[in-house]
Order: sequence, then C-alpha cells, then structure tokens
Amino acid sequence: MPKSRSRSKSKSKARANPNGKTKKITPPSAQQSFSAPALQPRKSFQDLILTLQAFWAAQGCVILQPYDMEMGAGTFHPATTLRSLGPRPWNAAYVQPSRRPGDGRYGENPNRMQHFYQYQVIMKPSPPDFQELYLASLRAIGIDTALHDIRFVEDDWESPTLGAWGLGWEVWCDGMEVSQFTYFQQVGGYDCNPVSGELTYGLERLASYVQGVDRVYDLSFNGRSDARGLSYGDVFLQAEQEFSRYNFEHADTELLERHFRDAESECRALLDAGQADVGAAGDGDAEADNGVDNTGGRHLMALPAYDQCIKASHLFNLLDARGVISVTERQSYILRVRDLSKACAAAWLQTDGGRG
Amino acid sequence: MPELLLELFSEEIPARMQARGAADLKRLVVDGLKSAELELGGASAYATARRLTLVIEDVAARSPEVASERKGPRVGAPEKALAGFMKAAGIASIDEAEIVTDPKKGDFYVVRQLKPGRDASDIIAEIVPAVMAKFPWPKSMRWGTSPFIWVRPLHGILCLFGGETVPFEVGGITSGNETRGHRFMAPEPFGVLGFADYRDKLKARKVLLDSTERAALIETQAKKIAAKNKLSLVEDAALLNENAGLAEWPVVMLGAFDKAFLEVPGEVLTTAMKSHQKCFSLRKSKGGALCNHFALVSNLEASDGGKQIIAGNEKVIAARLSDAKFFWDQDLKRPLDEMAADLENITFHEKLGSQKERVERIAELAYQIAGSVDADPDDARRAAQLAKADLVSGMVGEFPELQGLMGRYYAEKAGAKPEIARAIELHYKPKGPSDVVPLESEGNAVAIAVALADKLDTLVGFWAIDEKPTGSGDPYQLRRAALGVIRIVLENDVRVSLASVMKISAKLFGHTIPKEATGVKIALLPDRFDIENVTVDLITFFADRLKVYLRDKGARHDLIDAVFALGGQDDLALVVKRVEALGAFLETDDGANLLAGVKRASNILTIEEKKDKMSYAGDYDLKLLSDSEELALAAAIESVKQDTVAAINVENFTGAMNALAELRAPVDAFFEHVTVNADDAATRENRLKLLSQIRAATAAVADFSKISG
Repeated sequence: MPKSRSRSKSKSKARANPNGKTKKITPPSAQQSFSAPALQPRKSFQDLILTLQAFWAAQGCVILQPYDMEMGAGTFHPATTLRSLGPRPWNAAYVQPSRRPGDGRYGENPNRMQHFYQYQVIMKPSPPDFQELYLASLRAIGIDTALHDIRFVEDDWESPTLGAWGLGWEVWCDGMEVSQFTYFQQVGGYDCNPVSGELTYGLERLASYVQGVDRVYDLSFNGRSDARGLSYGDVFLQAEQEFSRYNFEHADTELLERHFRDAESECRALLDAGQADVGAAGDGDAEADNGVDNTGGRHLMALPAYDQCIKASHLFNLLDARGVISVTERQSYILRVRDLSKACAAAWLQTDGGRG
Repeated sequence: MPELLLELFSEEIPARMQARGAADLKRLVVDGLKSAELELGGASAYATARRLTLVIEDVAARSPEVASERKGPRVGAPEKALAGFMKAAGIASIDEAEIVTDPKKGDFYVVRQLKPGRDASDIIAEIVPAVMAKFPWPKSMRWGTSPFIWVRPLHGILCLFGGETVPFEVGGITSGNETRGHRFMAPEPFGVLGFADYRDKLKARKVLLDSTERAALIETQAKKIAAKNKLSLVEDAALLNENAGLAEWPVVMLGAFDKAFLEVPGEVLTTAMKSHQKCFSLRKSKGGALCNHFALVSNLEASDGGKQIIAGNEKVIAARLSDAKFFWDQDLKRPLDEMAADLENITFHEKLGSQKERVERIAELAYQIAGSVDADPDDARRAAQLAKADLVSGMVGEFPELQGLMGRYYAEKAGAKPEIARAIELHYKPKGPSDVVPLESEGNAVAIAVALADKLDTLVGFWAIDEKPTGSGDPYQLRRAALGVIRIVLENDVRVSLASVMKISAKLFGHTIPKEATGVKIALLPDRFDIENVTVDLITFFADRLKVYLRDKGARHDLIDAVFALGGQDDLALVVKRVEALGAFLETDDGANLLAGVKRASNILTIEEKKDKMSYAGDYDLKLLSDSEELALAAAIESVKQDTVAAINVENFTGAMNALAELRAPVDAFFEHVTVNADDAATRENRLKLLSQIRAATAAVADFSKISG
C-alpha cells in the first residue's frame, strides 16, 4: 500500500499549513486562492484544449490523459479501440499526441508535422444528439455557426492495421477539414454493439483557424504576449527538425525490424499466456486439480498484449518513413499488425472491460 | 383523392447516394403499395443532404374488395377433409359453406368470401417500414444501441396521408407530421399539412427540396458572379450535382488566390480546387486561360455576408494550390526516366510483376506493332517507356486522375517529341464508351501504338493468370480495355491480326516472370500458360465485345455471328467491313432471295443427311447432271466461287456480294424445275451434293445458316 501511505503523508503536511509559522514563509501570491481566468480558445492553443476538456467533461466524459506510447492517431489509444468493443457504456475524451513519421517536413511545411495533437472523443453508445453536441463544442471554442459554413462531407473511415471501419464524415469549416466524425461499425474485426461515436479534432489546424495564423509554428501556445508567452514553434519546432532527421535519415532500420518482430512475438506470447493463465491462476493448484475454472474463460492480459500491438504499428510507420518497405512487404506488415489487433480485440472481449 | 407525403430525415446523406436513394424510395414504395392493390397517381421523389422525400398523388383511400371462391370437398366427405377445409377457409361450421352441384362430380362445398379492402393508411404503415428495413443503400450503418440500419442515423419520419399522420415506428422513431428546416438557419421543428405546404415551408426555412433546382441555382449564381467580374465559369456537371447534394441552401461566392499559382497547368489547378474543395475554376474568357479566381458553394447566408467563409476557403485553396505547386516544382526536378525506373517499386499485380516489368513489355509490343499503325517504332517504344512514369510523381500520387496528363507535361518540359508527349497522355484513351479515341488523322499514331500495346498487355496478362471478367465482376476493367482496342482499331481502320499481336504479347510475359527473390509467387510458369488457348479464348472475348459494340451501333447480331462463324476472324476492321457488306446485300432483292435459296438448300440437306445418316458435302459428278437448270446452277456455283474468293482476296466485299448475287437466279430456277429427291438414287445423291456446293459457294462470304429470316 505505498500509494495511500504517501498520500496520507501529504495530507498531514497540508493540515499543517493553517499553522501560522508556514504562512510567513510562503510567498503571498501563491497563497491566494486560485481562480481560473476565463479561457480564450481563440487566442491560446492550450485554452482551446482546456475548453474542449471542460466541454466534454460536462457531457459526462472521463477526461483521460494521453496514452504513454507512440501512436499514429488517437484512435489507437485503448480507450478508443478496446473500449469501443463490448456492451459496457463508455464515454471518454483526451488529447493524444500523434506521431506519423512520414509526415515530417523538418519544420519547413506550414502545417505538416510528424508530431501533432489530436483531440479524441469517444461515446458509447453514440448519443442521438452527437452531431449537435459536436457543433456546440465548435461554438464553445469560438466558431460562430451563423458566420461559418459547417458541412458534413462523406468520409468513410477504415483502418487496415486495426481491422476497423466506420461511417461518417469529415467536418468542414469554410472548406477546411477540422474534424473526423465516425460511427464505429467494426473494430479488430468485431461488430461494435452498441455503436461508439468517435470525434477526432485536428487541434493544430483548428487552432490555426481560430487564431487566424497560416503557419502552425506561429500559433500562440499559451496566449500570453508578455515574457512568458510561447509559440507552438517555441515548443515544437526543434523537435520537428530533429525527429525528421531521425525518422528519415538515422532510424536504424535493422534495429526497428528487430523491434517489430520482438513486439509481434511478445504480443502473441502475452495473448497466449493470458489465456494459459486461465487454468494456472490462483495460489495453489487446488482449483486446477478440482477442474474449477474460477476465471470463467477470461483473458488476463489483453491490455499488455495490445500495448505491443501499438508498438508494432509505430515501428512499421518508422520503417515505412525510412522507405525500406517495398509495396508487397508493406501489405504484409499491415496484415501482421492487423492480425495482432484482431487477436487483442478477441482477448479484450474476454476481459471484465470487454464483457457485460 | 388524397396525397401521400413521406420524408425520412437523417444526418447527412453522402451526396453521391442521394439521387439513387430518392429513386429507390419511390420505386419501392410505389411497388409495395401497388402490390397491395392500392390505386396511385403520379409519384415524385426528392433528396437533400438530410432528407429523402416522396410524394404520391391521388392515392385511393382504400384498396378494393376482392371476391374469392374456395372449392372444398364433396358433401359427405370424411370428417378430416371437412375439418381441414374449414380451417383453410376460416369458417367455424360447415354450414357457412355453400353447396354447389356439379353434373359430373356431384355436390361439393364452396366458400365464397369477399375479402374486404383495407385502409390506405394501414397499408402505408405496413409498406413504408418494410421498405425502410430493406433499403438498398450502397453502404449503411448502425448507431447507438438500435439494430436498425440506415445510411446515417435517422432522426425523423414525416408521413402524412390526406393530411393526417400515418402512425408507425421504424428504428425507434415514431412517424409524425413535423420536420426541420436548414441545420443552422432554421433548426426548429415545424408541422406541415401536405406536400405543397411542406415544400413552401421548407423554402421559407432555407431548404430547397429539389436537387435540380439547387443545381440550377448554383449554376445561375456562379455564372452571374462570373459575368459580373468579366470571367467565365469552367462548367462541370458532376461538380454541380455534387454541390447540390452538399448544400440544402446553396450560396455561391467568389474567392481568389495568388497569381503565382497560375504557373501550374490549368488542369492541375482545376483538379485541386474541385477534388478536395468542390470549387469551380474560372477563366478570363470562354476557352481562355484560367484566372486566379474560383467559385465556392456554401450552405449558409452568413450574417457578415460571407466574408469569413470566403477568407477561410481562400486559405484552404491557397494551401491546396501550394501543395500542387510544390508537387509540380518537385516533379520537374526529376527526369521522367528516373521516375520510370521507380516503377519497379509498384506492383501491377502480384502474379504479373511490377509496373516496370509491365512497361518493358508494353514498350516492346508497341515497337513491334508500330508498323501496323503507321507509327515510328522507336518513338512508340520511347513513348511507352515513359507512359507510366508519372505514376510515381508527387502530383499523380496526390491527384490520380491526372495520370497521363502530368506525364505529358513533364515530357514536354523536358523537350520530348510532341507525338511522344501526346502519346503519354493519350495512351489511356479511350477510358469509356464516350471518351475520345486517339486518331492517326490527328497525328497520334504513336499514341495508338502505345494504347493498343497497353490494353493488349493487360488483357493477355489477366487471361494468362485466368483472371477473366465474370458475370458479376470485372475488377480490372478488362471489358473496357477490349472495347478500347475495338474502338481504336475501327475508328482508325487499323489492319492487324489480333491473334498474332496477342501471341507476341504473350511471349513477352515469358521474360518478365517475377523471380522467387522478389517474394512474388511465380504463377506464369510456361507450362501453365498455354499461349494458343489464351489467344483463342481472348479472340472469342473480343468477338463478344465487338458484337455488343456493333449491336449498340445498330448492326444485326446474326450477321456478326455469320461472319465470325467463318473462323479465323481476328482482323476487326475486316469483320466490320464484311458485316456491313453483308447487311447491305441482304437488303437487296437478290440478297433476300439468295438467302432464302441457301436456307432451303441447307434445310433439305439437313433433313436428307439425317435420314440417310451420311454427309452430302463434297463434289458432285458433272457427268450425272442432266437438266438444264442443274447445269446452269453448277456453272454459276463454279464462277461464283472463283469470283467471291477473288473479290475477298482484295477485300472487295461489295464485289463479293455482287458475285454472290449471280447465284440467285440459278438457285431459284433449280428449285422451281428440278426435283432433288429423284427416284434414281445416283441422281438424288448427285443433286444433294450439288446443293451442298451452294452452301460451299457462299462459305467464303459468311455462314448463311447463322443469318435469321
């Protein structure tokens, strides 16, 4: 129980605060009670994110933090892929840093990057007013629908590596695609029932639009014009340059290929072990001897297995960006990742989270 | 009589599915109501981005009564038979049945019933949900927790019959009398009384129901704006319709972009603006160069007059065009030959190797057939070597529809010969039945050579791996390729033996069989690939496609069969000449009568050969001919045989027909005066043989037995 212990420690510290002695030491500004200033999503990149967080939190979504792995899109987050499978309701929203090694442009293209943010909303079952909620979120970040031409233009979504597809639209604002709107039909080869509604906002693009800048790097990150003001370029330009070099020129392809194979076999091993644990679980062998299966055919390691699938997918993207994958190999890599994601989906459906 | 109004209100229906959706709704509901015996007037269907609407006028309030009569067992039949009859007829006691007396069968039971008509609204409440449950959307989906599927989530059903709501429920949605207007300008629900009221109220709420009206409005507005700015609209019917499907209340506005982008070819700018942004390009004057303006279609009367919408679109267009310009500049830095070398990395088909291997085959084939189409063989080979290079260009990667055209531009920029540059663009043509064909008369002989080589390589290749079109599918568009060959050959009067070209093509596959090392399975093993069989089968395929093509042009199906039945017909231009000459001949009195005569001879032969179980084909004995008509016929046959063959050898088909006409009088006279089935067996046999020679005499021209009439 180390966690609760440390928490109680900090609590006792906090209790000590009202004590007059510490008051004098603490600088007065930090001592004043904090009240958040009004968010300015049209002036600040982070305020746009915070506005969306507040908006979707108010709709009952859990606000998750980004998944701590490299992935090409917010859809790969298990909070979307795996949680969209199975009968349990699920409503979540989160920012997901997305890495697409092949899209890097050394920071020279005004709006193409190998690293960017997606804002992802997943609601299961998709609410009947999902479109209206989405439009309200646009208004919340300062897009006036009496001034701007918002359109839902057919765009069916399919992820070959996830074995997933859905129908929906790309959403246009004055001709610019600002979001993807999808009703998931299948993930990992399994029907989604109930259906999840998925929204993906391209945050940089949306922010460029509402801030009225032509270059992503010119976005104001924190909306300040004082000495603490930082632009998107201040935060990310160097990273774009460095990672473009890495992605296109220096990534060790043999090592990446090896890691891909490792991730693939680890994924399979975990999937097998998670199933094998069914019989061997428990402290003693008594249950197994009695032939009692107390896990009820459950899978015990769907999530760790799926992490390896995410890893394999990103390694494939890196290899692809290095241009070392031929057309036929490409297809076979995609199929290998898809096989993993399908197997993970199958395992997930045998976990508590994936079952009713 | 009352009117039926139905509206199915949903989230945005893909533009490309709307017209078909409306037509299907009309067809299925009308058919359903008719099969329920309901009388109907005229029906019209409409679609917008958010609704499918159907109105049917003059719908009968009830379906008519139907009298039915059910015959039962005889009086005094066993209990079981009676019980079964009563159950089937729906009566409780046999006393409810009438007893009818039949003179032969005696007395038996009959139940006469009047099946009452049904209220139209009951029928509608049954038919509409049934139609919706099985609606043929190209792609449909589930949402939320409902198992019901529709093109996108369904939100409302408006169903009025004679102004009254027809109550039913589909996919958890209850029908009513309300709908909504424009998504942003009039989102509140409102009630309607009937179609006219519905249409007018929608219009007042910024929804134009009729897509043709929306398209017309876009066109008028766009032309007006163009005229006002002394510009000319680049018309595009498909783009117009797509926009009509994207906006319920189209508002056209004018945007501009940096003139620097005009360096990029106009087709590229137009494609970039159209394919991603659905915007129209504008020219400085009709037929002139593009200008730096575009027309955009929005779905909003914005409160600022559209300033922000224009600004936003301009920004996106600028980004799109700078992408296009980037590709243009980058592509120009790479020689086409270098791009062509990269085709190695593109798989054409896993069993047929890479695009590079394919290009090598096409280049060799084009070189070999160039002579037949009056093209310079070296130019043809060179053009073929470059023809697919643009597939690896950045521009074609972004805009696949520009393939060929970009290759042409890049070749021109690199100073290639004009006919080679043109061939790169034109070798894909014709892309369909209405597309233009490269013409020798327009200096495009090189393009013809490459186009033929490209298409024949595709056909031979897929035939070799047995990926032929089937009744249900033609994924590689092989029918289109064959039609392309047919049109190029006929419209240029190209004289070539297809079989021999196919054999050359087939042999080229031998050199490019994918190796084990590439990871591609070897499928084209020489022993599995029988060139002879492939050629014969492919010629038959061409014969079928030619038939379809000529039939569409009004030629008689049977005449084409009659010519192909001659065998060895692989020169398409020649086939068509024969068919034409034959058709013209049969229109004449001589032709019609000769056909009758030949048919009569054939019929007699068929009957007698069957009876005698022997063939009478072969030469007659001149010495056994006695009647003057016999002798005259024999003489005519001999001269006709010689004359037709002589004429055909010089491809003078009209001459051959004229020669054939000489047969008519002797044949007629023969049948009039000579008895074929003579008593004397030897004479009979000889006359039958003579008849067989009539057939033989015409055989150089066509197989008359295939001709109907």
